[in-house]
Amino acid sequence: MEIKKTSLNKLHQDNKAKFVEFAGYEMPIQYSKGIIEEHKFTRSHSGIFDVSHMGQLFIYGDESLAEQLEKIFPLDLKNLKLNCSKYSFLMNDEAGIYDDLIITKIEQGFLIILNAACKETDFKILSNILGTKFKMNLDNDRSLIAIQGPKSVEILNSIINGVDQLNFMTGNWFDFDNQKLFVTRSGYTGEDGFEISISNDKVEKFVENLLEKGAQLIGLGARDTLRLEAGLCLYGHELDINKTPVEANLRWAISKSRLSNGGFIGSKKIMNQIQHGASQIRVGIKPEGRLIAREKTKIFDNKDTQIGEITSGTFGPSVNGPIAMGYVDKEFSKVDTKILLEVRGKKHPANVCALPFYKKNYVKGVN
Amino acid sequence: MSEVKFSKEHEWITVDGDVATIGITKHATEMLGDIVFAELPEKGSNVEKDGTAGVVESTKAASDVYTPVSGEVVDTNQSIVDDPAKINEDPEGSAWFFKLKIKDSSELDTLMNKDEYDKFAKETSS
Repeated sequence: MEIKKTSLNKLHQDNKAKFVEFAGYEMPIQYSKGIIEEHKFTRSHSGIFDVSHMGQLFIYGDESLAEQLEKIFPLDLKNLKLNCSKYSFLMNDEAGIYDDLIITKIEQGFLIILNAACKETDFKILSNILGTKFKMNLDNDRSLIAIQGPKSVEILNSIINGVDQLNFMTGNWFDFDNQKLFVTRSGYTGEDGFEISISNDKVEKFVENLLEKGAQLIGLGARDTLRLEAGLCLYGHELDINKTPVEANLRWAISKSRLSNGGFIGSKKIMNQIQHGASQIRVGIKPEGRLIAREKTKIFDNKDTQIGEITSGTFGPSVNGPIAMGYVDKEFSKVDTKILLEVRGKKHPANVCALPFYKKNYVKGVN
Repeated sequence: MSEVKFSKEHEWITVDGDVATIGITKHATEMLGDIVFAELPEKGSNVEKDGTAGVVESTKAASDVYTPVSGEVVDTNQSIVDDPAKINEDPEGSAWFFKLKIKDSSELDTLMNKDEYDKFAKETSS
């Protein structure tokens, strides 16, 4: 299959991107300054991320749509206010996660942002459940840009006036160059920022505007170190079909009102796990010293029994040390529990620690 | 000090008497990206030509460091363990990895000179 390119591919090339294949797309892993500088620039200024490979699924329908979607997602969608977003998951009957996603209430429907590697399958699963009653469009004519970091609000607001009035996890339609674009105050770096859904033919001009205002392009490499410092899950690593939201410590994302009555796919398993506890749970892990424990590193207790496995591990540039997330047996999930990580045949000490590794600054009280 | 020689695994080596100084090339650091971890062989240990003699990790991945010749490790550069970013800053100078007492100097003949290595690096990275 031919590798797919986003509408910003030429701009990435012009900015000396190093490319990797990610979910069938040629995507920038980093630009000339490298991952650590890109990471720090995002934390201190404003980074632009091309996330156009992600799926933008628009579903339109009458009032029965929210009801139907509530059979799928563990959210109170009937009461979700216009332009408000929620983090959620698409699950199977055993509460195994097909994908994690952001769903936003828009006029006459919902916009769901899906992971690139999962979007086609998600579309089929949702189509099978929802049937033909609703209009579903996995929109390939739109790009998705994230702008993240403390200067992002000022920069974006100078191009699209009014975005500074958005609260975290809300959105709205704005105008740019005689076109409508949908902006949400959200992101996946632990910083204040925005995601902008914009038509493919306007995206290059839009990003060039952001660059002129002092924001810089950031690759997937820094996106990974940023999200890991923020303690956020990455599908295919922390989350997959064999993990449930309870095991992934994402219970907060399940609406309270849905826990009492269930009625969504996977609800039996979730309610059972909430009642009896999951046997393994996702935790933050800090190796002692400078050792980096990568994905699939085995975790042991001090009696040489394997108690878990690392799902992501790297060097956190803002934490200035190695960080990781992984799953451990429930009895080892308390903060400050001493564990051992087997790297290159030797066991190294590490500690279970609280997430996030890096404190976030989301904007909640604008209006 | 002899001319610098290079291995296909992107190590450089200089020889002074029977002691060799070994590090990784600038080209290697450019491919790796920001280096955030380094592990060195133990002083007094014996390493075999083309065998593993350390590890470097970037933000992205871990890579083994190989020794281009056999010998006994007589010194290691602790400063790159304490501050791995030095490897990106001066890979072919102050950020050497280890020194070893050469066992068989004929092994040096299998290595490339600078022109040969530059050509090799260009071909293998494109």
